[in-house]
Order: sequence, then structure tokens, then C-alpha cells
Amino acid sequence: MKAEVDAPPRVKAPADVSAVDGPAPADASARTPRGPGIGVTVGALLRKELLVELRTLESVPGMALFAVTTFVVFHFALNRDTIDGDEAAGILWVTLLFAAILGVNRLFVADADQGGFDGFLLAPVNRTAMFVSKALALLAYLVVLELVAVPAFSLLLLGPSLAQAFPGLLAVLLLGDIGVAVIGTLVAALAVRTRARDLLGPLLALPLLVPVVIGCARASSPLLSIAHATGPPARWLLSLGLYDLVFGLIAFALFDFLLED
Amino acid sequence: MYGKGLRALSISTVAVMAIALGLVFFYAPLEAEEGFLQKIFYIHVPLAIVALCGFVLGGIFAIQHLRTRDSRWDMRSYVAIHMSLIFAVGGLITGSIWARGSWGHWWVWSEPTLVSFLIVFLLYATYQPLRFAIEDPERQARYASVFAITAGAFVPLNFIAVRLSTAYLHPRVLGSASNLPPQMALTFLVSLLGFALLYATLCKFELTAKHTRAQLRALRRRAELRSGAQGADGWSGEAAAGRRTRTAVPALHPSATMAARPAARPGG
Repeated sequence: MKAEVDAPPRVKAPADVSAVDGPAPADASARTPRGPGIGVTVGALLRKELLVELRTLESVPGMALFAVTTFVVFHFALNRDTIDGDEAAGILWVTLLFAAILGVNRLFVADADQGGFDGFLLAPVNRTAMFVSKALALLAYLVVLELVAVPAFSLLLLGPSLAQAFPGLLAVLLLGDIGVAVIGTLVAALAVRTRARDLLGPLLALPLLVPVVIGCARASSPLLSIAHATGPPARWLLSLGLYDLVFGLIAFALFDFLLED
Repeated sequence: MYGKGLRALSISTVAVMAIALGLVFFYAPLEAEEGFLQKIFYIHVPLAIVALCGFVLGGIFAIQHLRTRDSRWDMRSYVAIHMSLIFAVGGLITGSIWARGSWGHWWVWSEPTLVSFLIVFLLYATYQPLRFAIEDPERQARYASVFAITAGAFVPLNFIAVRLSTAYLHPRVLGSASNLPPQMALTFLVSLLGFALLYATLCKFELTAKHTRAQLRALRRRAELRSGAQGADGWSGEAAAGRRTRTAVPALHPSATMAARPAARPGG
């Protein structure tokens, strides 16, 4: 009796892990009682995420388009042709943040609506793998978003040249992205199975991301000013890194509890 | 069980609050620069401190809930955060009044504590919308606990981040309790104790009320079931009802007791 109850998940699991039609790389090892290691699972899930995004193009093009449109809106709202310093840093980060929230809102929708969660839970794999793979996927989306948005920002609004700010800005962008990816993934998982998920996602994410915005805006403000500073202030990079680390650990510890049913 | 000690707690709260107010108005000296306005300090700061501690406490209860899976911890976490939200509204309003009185503006961005407090408040304001947007009670408790732990950890982090962001501190008359004159410090501490007791009392009242309501609901369901069972199938109704009362098992449905009988036979 017990074996019969246990059997269907094992058969079903590999098929549902890749809810789309892609092959399941974890197929062979999923049949063993211990299941695949977390690295294999994360790889398979991340591959699935990116494949889904490549085939549906649901998130990233929308995020990029949103960012570019927002720069145009800012041009008219501020009635300014070029901006620099604090203003430039603020507009860049507000735009990136809101564009990121578009992606955060969509991150788990397919899993919640089309049985991706059920398939994942039936598979004998480490639950944390889902958090890691989703956060990595969101990080990848953000990097692609910035590949479009930052040059567009430089072209449309930024006064000083981007080239001088580039190395420092890269570090700030990366640290900011990690923070947004970690917090965004946790918040998306919290909000996705509620009735008002489109509303709750941003409402939860914005206050939690305020420290990230503080760090990123303050760190990139001297980089984007006309009197260009040598590099981003170390204390902001440090505090951003610490915030990313702490929230990474919190999300890592708590994510499993969101996936229990 | 929940109502135990409620009377003593309430009386001590009233007494300490009365002493605190007496000290505020008749014992603590008038502050040299701000005068009478400074007395709002004895209400605003304790409100804010108790609210923040309550938020963190809600997070600790939530950790207990996730560890033990006991729904009572979830209820405590909910009540702690709920009460803290009310205290936080009080803290924000009194803070705003104080800012208006002493700096001339209802809101000052250069005061990091006030700004962090607002961010924390905005985050916790989503706690109830999140919670009540989930139907399944077990998942509701679990998700609320995850939120409470994340937000509880966010409280100190946010204060550090906002304090870092303000390059200079607004010149404050009274930064912390440590550099207060002794009379003011005593008044402040008594007032803090009073507000902490008020918080504890209100939490206990809410917990007791929730517990009582749950008990009442269970009793009413049982009474309805009993009258329903007596009306519907008279032959087993009385026996089943009598057994239910003796063993005090919460009955679910008359058919549940019927279905249980054949299953019990092989074992017994």
C-alpha cells in the first residue's frame, strides 16, 4: 500500500520539474532514492527558467521597454535635457527598481498557475534549489535589463559621459542587482499565492529595498556627477554587500517554509 | 487559561501609567529650550521603542511558530505585530507633532530615526493585507511567520542603513536617555515601563479575546451538532452526544462518528 502511494510522485517528478517541454537533465538521477545534488537541481531549474523566458519573452523585453519609456517620461516630467549627480543616480535607480519589480511580479506566476510548484514538490530534490535558481534567473534578467537601460539612460538623459563612470558603476550595479534578486525572489514567493499578488509584491518589496536604493543611489551619485570622483565610496559598497549577504542568508533559511504544500 | 493574571496586569498598568503621567507633569523639570513641548518626549519615545521591540518580538514568536508548528505562537506573533502597528501609528503622530513644534515642520527627512521608523511602519502595514489575502489557515500562518521573521530582521538593518545615509545628525536636544538629567531619566524610564506594561496588557486582552472567541465557536458548533443529531437520527443521537460530552472530543459531523465505528472494530 505504502509503495503504491509513493510510486506516482517518483514517476511524475522528472516530467514536471521541467514544466515546459524541455528535456529533464535530472531525469536519471531523480530515480535514485537520495535524489540529485543541489548543484544539478539548480542547473536544471535555471535552464528551465531561462528557456521559458527565451521562448515566451514574458519578462525581460517588457522590463527593458518600461525602463526606456520611464526615461522619456522623466525627461518631460522634469523638463530637463541632461541630468547629473544625485538626480541622475536617483532616476537611474528608481527606474531600474520599478522595472525590476515588473520582473519580480511575474517570477513565480507560471509555477503557481500551471502546477510548477506541485511538480517541484513531488521531485526528490532540495527545496532551496528553487530559491537559488529563481534568484539567479532574476539576476540574469536584471543584467539584461541593465544592458539596455544603462546605455539608454546615458544616451537620453545623462550629462557626463558614461565611460568614466563605468568601472565603478559596474560594481554598484552588480551589488544592487544581487540585493534586488534576493529580496525580489523571497517577496515574489511570499506574494504569489495570495489573492492580491500583483499588489502585494511591490508593496512588500519596496520598503525592503529602501536600504538597497540608499546604498546604490549614494554610491553612484559621485560617479555620475560632472566633477567626476575617482570611484564609488567604499562604505556604500560595503554596506550594500553586507545587506545582500544578510538578506541572502535570511531568504535561504526561510524559503523552504514557503514551499511546504 | 489565557485570562489568568489579566486583572493584576491591568491594575499594575493603570498604576504605573498614572505614576508616569504624574511624574511627567509634576516632577520632571521643564526643558530650557523647548519648554512644555518637550514633555511629548515621554510619550513619543516610549511608544516608538515599545512598537519596535514588539515588531522584533513578533519575529521571535514567528521563529518559534516555524520551529514548533504550534499555532499559538503564530497567534502571539500576530497579536504582537498588530499591537505594535497601533503603537507605531501613535509614535508617528506624536513624532510629527513634536517635529512641528520644535523644528517647524510636520516632517523632517534629516532625522534618521523618524525616517527609519516610517519605512518600518510602511513594511509592517503590509502584514495584514498579506495575511488575509491567503485563505488556507495553515499556509496563512506559515507565510505570515516568514514575513514576520524577514521584517523583524529588517528593523535593525534599516535603522543602520538610514542612519548611514544622513551625513549629519539633526541637532537634537535629547539624543538618548544616557545624557538626560537624572529627574528626566527617571520619568522617562517609568514612562517606558508604563507603555511596555500597556502593550503587554493589550496583547494579553487580544489573545484572551481571540482564544475565547475560538472556544465559543467550538462550543456553538458542538451544540448545533448535538441538536441536529437528536433531530435527525434519534436512535444514535443521544448515545453519540453523551459520549462526545464525556470525552470532550470536538465532533466534526454526525457521519464521522458513524464511519469511525467499523474502523474501530478490528482494533478492539
